[in-house]
Amino acid sequence: MIRVVLPTHLRALAKVDHEVAFQLDGPATLGAVLDMLEARYPMLRGTIRDHITKRRRQFIRFFACGEDLSHDPPDALLPDAVVKGAEPLRVVGAMAGG
Amino acid sequence: MSGIRVLVGTRKGAFILTSDARRAQWEVSGPHFAGWEIYHLKGSPADPNRLYASQTSGWFGQVIQRSDDGGKTWEPTGNEFTYDGVPGTHQWYDGTQHPWEFKRVWVLEPSQTDPDTVFAGVEDAALFRSSNGGKTWQELPGLRSVKGHLWQPGAGGMCLHSILLDTQDPNRIIIAISAAGAFRSDDGGQTWRSANRGLHSGYELPDADAEVGHCVHCLAMHRSRPDVLFMQKHWDVMRSDDAGESWHEISGNLPTDFGFPIAVHAHEPDTIYVVPIKSDSEHYPPDGRLRVYRSRTGGNEWEALTRGLPQENCYVNVLRSAMTVDSLDPCGVYFGTTGGQVYTSADSGDSWAPIVRDLPAVLSVEVQTLP
Repeated sequence: MIRVVLPTHLRALAKVDHEVAFQLDGPATLGAVLDMLEARYPMLRGTIRDHITKRRRQFIRFFACGEDLSHDPPDALLPDAVVKGAEPLRVVGAMAGG
Repeated sequence: MSGIRVLVGTRKGAFILTSDARRAQWEVSGPHFAGWEIYHLKGSPADPNRLYASQTSGWFGQVIQRSDDGGKTWEPTGNEFTYDGVPGTHQWYDGTQHPWEFKRVWVLEPSQTDPDTVFAGVEDAALFRSSNGGKTWQELPGLRSVKGHLWQPGAGGMCLHSILLDTQDPNRIIIAISAAGAFRSDDGGQTWRSANRGLHSGYELPDADAEVGHCVHCLAMHRSRPDVLFMQKHWDVMRSDDAGESWHEISGNLPTDFGFPIAVHAHEPDTIYVVPIKSDSEHYPPDGRLRVYRSRTGGNEWEALTRGLPQENCYVNVLRSAMTVDSLDPCGVYFGTTGGQVYTSADSGDSWAPIVRDLPAVLSVEVQTLP
């Protein structure tokens, strides 16, 4: 079970509580998790990454297990602790602006 | 008894202000979409319960919200705005060409006859249309072929901010873009031509009478007389009597002809309103006095409307989409400020009172007159 923690505004948009969780059939890559997240919550499409290029929006960050995964390629495997559900993947609105 | 619903977009959410026809007691609902910038909300003339809202964020991009119950509940709808074909390039600040990049929706204009058809004016400037209630959006790319490579962003961004749907000719659309100008289509948005003849931008452009490049701030039209258009340009208040074929200046005795919004009285097509702002380098009212100016002669002769408005130490701005009118009699006039006040006049501008004083900076004000 993959757990994903969304920032406040995206939780409100998706109408979910603190975190969401789902099973992945294939390899647990960052791209696969985001694909599943957007399939389950289509209102999140375009808010985390670009509709077409799938590039991460510039003020979004992906953190897990104390590491910044934001610059990892979409086919990079997530840490074991995330794959096993022990730790969540955190989607974060970066510090920016006032 | 009929009622009024005022739709207010702010830097930190949307607010809905409702009243009966007396327009004296108001209920405030909101913030909706708290913390997000709401550039614009507007209701469908064909179904007043159908509302559209442009919700944006520097972090999370663009969301379009739709309500089918007059703003009580909302659902996100389609937010994919992809330019048609190869997007091409426009002029950049340094003189180079820069790729078109979608940033946000500035304005939503629902069709007058079909609640599911709505136009969106976006930054970087382009016009999109949805015919399925906002689920999907298609660009009308002919607009950007009108010398789009020469358009360049102004300080507020290269935004398409005004969409006028002709009330008598369903194929005619007139739009305006900041730092590009006005443009007109007579075939439902397939082909376009510039509509800037008569505009003179002596301070802003090397060629003051250029075909494109004029910084149009806002357009307005009376629904009974769609060939007559009014424009607040960066400097100059302008009028066209031939649906944008040509323009002439009507600034007349205004204390300054810089400003952002312009609106037309609901029942008097020659009564118009502007909010003069001191200059493009000081975005506040002259002398710290917030004054709406009204012309009852279609321009040139203006009177200051001050009763109920702050006449000292007032340094707010009124943005381009933040003034509108209702269709009651007498006509109500509404505007919002960057200081978070929304003012209303229930007597065509003779006197004013704040509905709310402490909202976030107001980006847009629209009103629905409900049966």
